[in-house]
Amino acid sequence: MTSSRRTVLVHLDTPATELTSSALELLTLARSLGRVEAVTLASPSLTTLAQLGAYGVELVRQAEPAEDLGPHAPHSTALVAEALARAADVSGAAVVLLASTFPNKESAARLAFLTGAGLVIDAAAIGVSDEGHVVGSKRVLAGSWDTSCEIVTDLAVLTVRANAVVPEPAEAAVETTVEGFAVVPSTLAKAGVPTSREVHEAEHGDGPARPALAEAAFVVAGGRGTFGDFTPVEDLADALGAAVGATRDCVDEGWIGHDAQIGQTGVTIAPRVYVGAGISGAPHHRGGMQASQVIVAVNNDPDCPLFEISDFAVVGDLHEVLPQAAERIREHRAQA
Amino acid sequence: MAAALRVVVAVKYVPDIQSARAFEDRRLVRTSDDGTLNELDENAVEAALRLVEALPEDAREGSEVVVVTVGPPDAEAALRKAYQLGADRAVHVVDDALAGSDYHGTAVALAAAVQRLHDERPVDLVLTGMAALDGLGSVVPTLAASWLGWPSVGLVTAFSLDEGEAPTLTATRELDGVTETVTVPRPAVVSVTDHANDPRFPNFKLIMAARTKPVDTWPLADLEEQLERFAEDSGLPLPGVGGEGARARTTSAEPRPPRPETEVVTDKGEGGIALAEFLIRHELV
Repeated sequence: MTSSRRTVLVHLDTPATELTSSALELLTLARSLGRVEAVTLASPSLTTLAQLGAYGVELVRQAEPAEDLGPHAPHSTALVAEALARAADVSGAAVVLLASTFPNKESAARLAFLTGAGLVIDAAAIGVSDEGHVVGSKRVLAGSWDTSCEIVTDLAVLTVRANAVVPEPAEAAVETTVEGFAVVPSTLAKAGVPTSREVHEAEHGDGPARPALAEAAFVVAGGRGTFGDFTPVEDLADALGAAVGATRDCVDEGWIGHDAQIGQTGVTIAPRVYVGAGISGAPHHRGGMQASQVIVAVNNDPDCPLFEISDFAVVGDLHEVLPQAAERIREHRAQA
Repeated sequence: MAAALRVVVAVKYVPDIQSARAFEDRRLVRTSDDGTLNELDENAVEAALRLVEALPEDAREGSEVVVVTVGPPDAEAALRKAYQLGADRAVHVVDDALAGSDYHGTAVALAAAVQRLHDERPVDLVLTGMAALDGLGSVVPTLAASWLGWPSVGLVTAFSLDEGEAPTLTATRELDGVTETVTVPRPAVVSVTDHANDPRFPNFKLIMAARTKPVDTWPLADLEEQLERFAEDSGLPLPGVGGEGARARTTSAEPRPPRPETEVVTDKGEGGIALAEFLIRHELV
């Protein structure tokens, strides 16, 4: 099968508002594999349609459930799976891509069950083998090993982690049209619709001015060494346009919200630049950030384990070092 | 009046994250030297124990917490750890044919074991940890639930069971920046987060008892009836098990080159500037 003929479906998480960077990354990656179509469970906004046009997507397949399941219907992961299975069938798709969020992992699993598709979770790169099979590659064991998985079924389902590629619009923009398709929700899909759904404004991390932690290209994280004062962390984050993260300790102490927790059991991140301040580097935290491209650490303790995996380390008080760094970066930005 | 509960906890045997974890011949090394019960599964065991302990005494008598794992012979250690915490019964699905299975192969074997337990006596609920700290895929619970025809709800921080003609479960789950509530019919498969509870420490009596408590071992042949029924009921082809049967096959596993030596600066008043200059020099800002 030639790549120009392979159909790649991309599931969009936020069609009703605008596409986030991770959706644009998926579209960019999908384009390298074949002809891209988008799938949504909600009506795409004009902004979304303009973004899709710029990324060369001509067709959006919008799932229309056969009965009204209320405003939270797109958050039934079983319904998402059934819609994607139907879309894959209608379009004859060879690949379905979803952003690597927890709900999407549920959807991907159920989609793989329904379709018999081979499944790769948290792919960082996607290629095609000599036999024409889709190959997902990822970094595992806290960033210490690279593995590749060849999907041998006709349909491949992959979730892709944020920052896997740099989003790039298509060479030429296209006109995007929306085509509805019917989905008859199963009992499980209906039961999976949340009865309530509350989006909380994070105090830290992904407030309106800061990018979402899971997707950010820059992350500044604080640990026990902040003693609960995240002002220097936030200051450097804002100078860099970074998201704010934290260790589990800080979350348990109530210094910062749960959403900011980086680690194997919190948000797993792989930004271009990670700055860890007052963080010793416990295995759980390292597991959640070790795939970062550049790692910078600031700590009073010259023996802190985070230094061992850092590219650059400052032995010093984060309350002195971070504001000074923030100031120098702001100066540099002003000159540039 | 609350009825007795039968809770299955699906657990995984993983290499300790503090150990030197590695692949050998494209498979993750899981041996008794550094293997352990996946830490996040302790939260699932804890949630199961608390459910039963909260029941009135007569209902508690008839209740059971059954831990199940699919894994190599050494994986028995994970079940023994669950016994130390207070589980009543342990089932080990172990078969040479399972080695190298992908998500699908592992999940269908797990589902068949749960189905067999359910055939013996109805299961009310399956609990799991939110992720296994080796693969971090978090998809096996949903895949297993799919074969069972049961709903799955992941990342749950709190839940309650509702009695009634059609028993249900209401769960609160914490996604990235969103709190969701969902009510699903039971039995259901629920993964709990590490914020759901604080797992207990084993007591001496249970540690001693766990050493000799019997573990049921089920090879795939013992699950044939359930597997056949899955294929019939779903109309789907059963996934293959083992490396040969995998729909996603690991074709390479390579250690990453060590990071270049860390550049360390000791702050003598200009540490912040040095940090900024490092980022500027590498054109990162």
